[in-house]
Amino acid sequence: MRNIVIIGATSSIAEHCARLWTKQGDVTLTLVGRDAQRTERVAADLLIRSNYAEIRVVITDFLSPSSIKATADQIAQKGVIDIILIAHGSLPDQHDCEQDLNKAHSALEVNAISPVLFAEAFADHLAKANHGTLAMIGSVAGDRGRKSNYIYGAAKGLVTRYAQGLQHRFHNSGVRIILIKPGPTDTPMTSQIKAAGARLAPVDQVASDIVKGIESGKPVIYTPAIWQLIMSIIRHLPATIFNRLNI
Amino acid sequence: MISVESWGRIGIYPHNIMHLTAPDQALSIVKNNHPGIAYGMGKSYGDACLNPGQLLWNTRGLDHFIHFDADNGRLTCEAGVLLRDIQQLFLPRGWCLPVTPGTQLITVGGAIANDVHGKNHHGFGSFCDQVLRIQLARTDGSIIECSRHSSPDMFAATAGGVGLTGVIITAELQLRHSPNLWLETETIPYYGLEEFFYLSDSSETEWEHTVSWIDCLSGTAAKGLFMRGRPARDYDKATQPRRSRNIPITPPLSLVNRLSLKPFNLTYYQLQKLRPVQRHEYYEDFLYPLDHLTNWNRLYGPKGFYQYQSVVPRDSGMATTQAMLDAIASSGEGSFLAVLKTFGQRQSIGMLGFPRPGVTLALDFPNNGDATKKLFERLDSIVRDAGGRIYLAKDARMSREMFEAGYPLLNEFTRYRDPGISSALSRRLMGS
Ligand SMILES: Cc1cc2nc3c(=O)[nH]c(=O)nc-3n(C[C@H](O)[C@H](O)[C@H](O)COP(=O)(O)OP(=O)(O)OC[C@H]3O[C@@H](n4cnc5c(N)ncnc54)[C@H](O)[C@@H]3O)c2cc1C
Ligand SMILES: NC(=O)c1ccc[n+]([C@@H]2O[C@H](COP(=O)([O-])OP(=O)(O)OC[C@H]3O[C@@H](n4cnc5c(N)ncnc54)[C@H](OP(=O)(O)O)[C@@H]3O)[C@@H](O)[C@H]2O)c1
Repeated sequence: MRNIVIIGATSSIAEHCARLWTKQGDVTLTLVGRDAQRTERVAADLLIRSNYAEIRVVITDFLSPSSIKATADQIAQKGVIDIILIAHGSLPDQHDCEQDLNKAHSALEVNAISPVLFAEAFADHLAKANHGTLAMIGSVAGDRGRKSNYIYGAAKGLVTRYAQGLQHRFHNSGVRIILIKPGPTDTPMTSQIKAAGARLAPVDQVASDIVKGIESGKPVIYTPAIWQLIMSIIRHLPATIFNRLNI
Repeated sequence: MISVESWGRIGIYPHNIMHLTAPDQALSIVKNNHPGIAYGMGKSYGDACLNPGQLLWNTRGLDHFIHFDADNGRLTCEAGVLLRDIQQLFLPRGWCLPVTPGTQLITVGGAIANDVHGKNHHGFGSFCDQVLRIQLARTDGSIIECSRHSSPDMFAATAGGVGLTGVIITAELQLRHSPNLWLETETIPYYGLEEFFYLSDSSETEWEHTVSWIDCLSGTAAKGLFMRGRPARDYDKATQPRRSRNIPITPPLSLVNRLSLKPFNLTYYQLQKLRPVQRHEYYEDFLYPLDHLTNWNRLYGPKGFYQYQSVVPRDSGMATTQAMLDAIASSGEGSFLAVLKTFGQRQSIGMLGFPRPGVTLALDFPNNGDATKKLFERLDSIVRDAGGRIYLAKDARMSREMFEAGYPLLNEFTRYRDPGISSALSRRLMGS
């Protein structure tokens, strides 16, 4: 029986990954969220979809280093972990962040510091077991800073560098570190930009790419795959051209 | 604003969309943002789910199962769950929805709001017959729980109430034991309505599902194919998941037109006749034959198409149906998909519910403007004279008079409307 831990289990992307995992066979799922009612809603749904797999709900404070540490220790104690998916995040309004440092601050905390601390809290447990896959959801937005969302992009960029570091640390071990970079995806996080007419990838497709990617062990997963090409072009555009683009 | 269409694609209009993603969030959105109308999968053909220039509450994010009792088959879920997801999850565990329409790609909320019917109406009634409880969010911020026992009038108004009594947030459904994923089916050619009614009536006790396809262009002794199915006994086979195919673009002209229809109807008829009369079919192939052809509605071109679905009482059903077929044949408008089916002895529980004892005819027509409208008016008068009604899930054009004639409980229904909810259909047919 696989033991899977999801941090930010109410994220729509994570939830769709969990739905796929429950379809694949016997799993134990530990769902970590910040709000009991929202997390229980996801747990009840997965329980029915999985035909009554073992599902645990853990509620914690995502912004407190000591709570994060205690949560990781408590979960690791329950048994060897096969997969950890760190999924939480939020898309701030760039303009708001420019106007209000508190908003910039919380965007950086939720999208950069919190996921990194979770990963760091689990890293030692993975090292001890010399087993398991840790996957973090970054974003294509972390590949190059853009005026339309650079606070969020910077946070995701931090996750990118952090994941590289962990990959280095666990090179040649039984532990695998995977960074997932979704393009714009149809989830509650993007409902504003969807209402404005943006084209978004279906969340079940993105989740399926993630589940397959974690299986294959590829260190970096772009989903939908076309974003690898798009971001490669964007990363390589010379600043003189890039800075003139309205993106 | 985003362009939204319904299945008939008669008009594509800009809308404001708000996404309902969780029950508590839905309550506050509905309370703080109205007037609007719920939008599920937009599989209604007409304007029941549209609100041009105004607000739609998209319910697809309400897609969670809440509770399932494996002892008695009672399922509670959110209203944006697809019937397909219920079927695919529960069929292998021995349970299924008693009633599903000809597509499973619709939401539970949409199925309730049109009290949809399937091919087994004679045995199982319509969708709301399996609904035990509904939780509604109203725009005044209240939540109403209704069932046959508590607030039964609100329940009857909401069943088939085309979204106008509130936004359905959750529902409790009674599933039934599913005997087999495979059906034993028979296809029987018939000539003329007398044979059709004979086949229908004589199949009702032994066959769970009955439906027929009829060639409206074939004259007085109309040619048709009668199809019936029932859960197979002692048959099981592994299945490959079906690959779905997509119609990727809208052709500039309707591919369904006068030139293509007659040969199409003939060919379809001949092809079907060549297939073995008795077969085993996987439930998805028999019950939802078009679901693997994504966006088939695009075949009707940029002007879209109408579906005209009526039900008329049984006693005069043969003469009425014949009169309708004659009117179609003489108009030259044709119809690619013409479905003829009898309903059993059950009236919809809904005040505006469509199913009632009688015979229902459903016809697809490419939108040829005035010519199509004229034919519809001719059909309307036949249906009205027979004491029948037109299905709101399909309608985009009937007159207020025609609506009022077909739905005698309208006045009672109006009392249960949510004043903060309005759709293109409600303004067209009810004035607000
Ligand atoms: C190929 C095809 C075959 C079909 N076959 C049949 C058939 O055999 N029998 C049959 O009866 N119908 C049939 N239909 C029609 C279809 O079943 C109905 O139109 C159904 O209501 C569509 O559900 P939806 O989720 O797409 O809802 P929509 O079309 O988006 O909405 C339909 C109505 O439901 C309301 N609504 C949706 N969600 C909610 C909610 N949460 N709360 C309150 N109101 C809500 C909307 O406001 C609207 O009035 C068919 C349609 C297609 C495309
Ligand atoms: N959707 C996209 O287009 C897209 C693109 C690239 C990357 N991503 C990334 O994908 C991940 C999943 O996002 P999603 O699209 O699935 O979005 P989502 O459905 O909106 O989920 C967001 C998740 O983040 C949690 N969260 C938000 N703010 C939080 C806070 N302050 N503290 C703790 N948790 C918080 C939410 O918890 P609650 O339920 O408790 O609010 C929820 O679990 C995120 O890391 C996101 O940055 C998304």
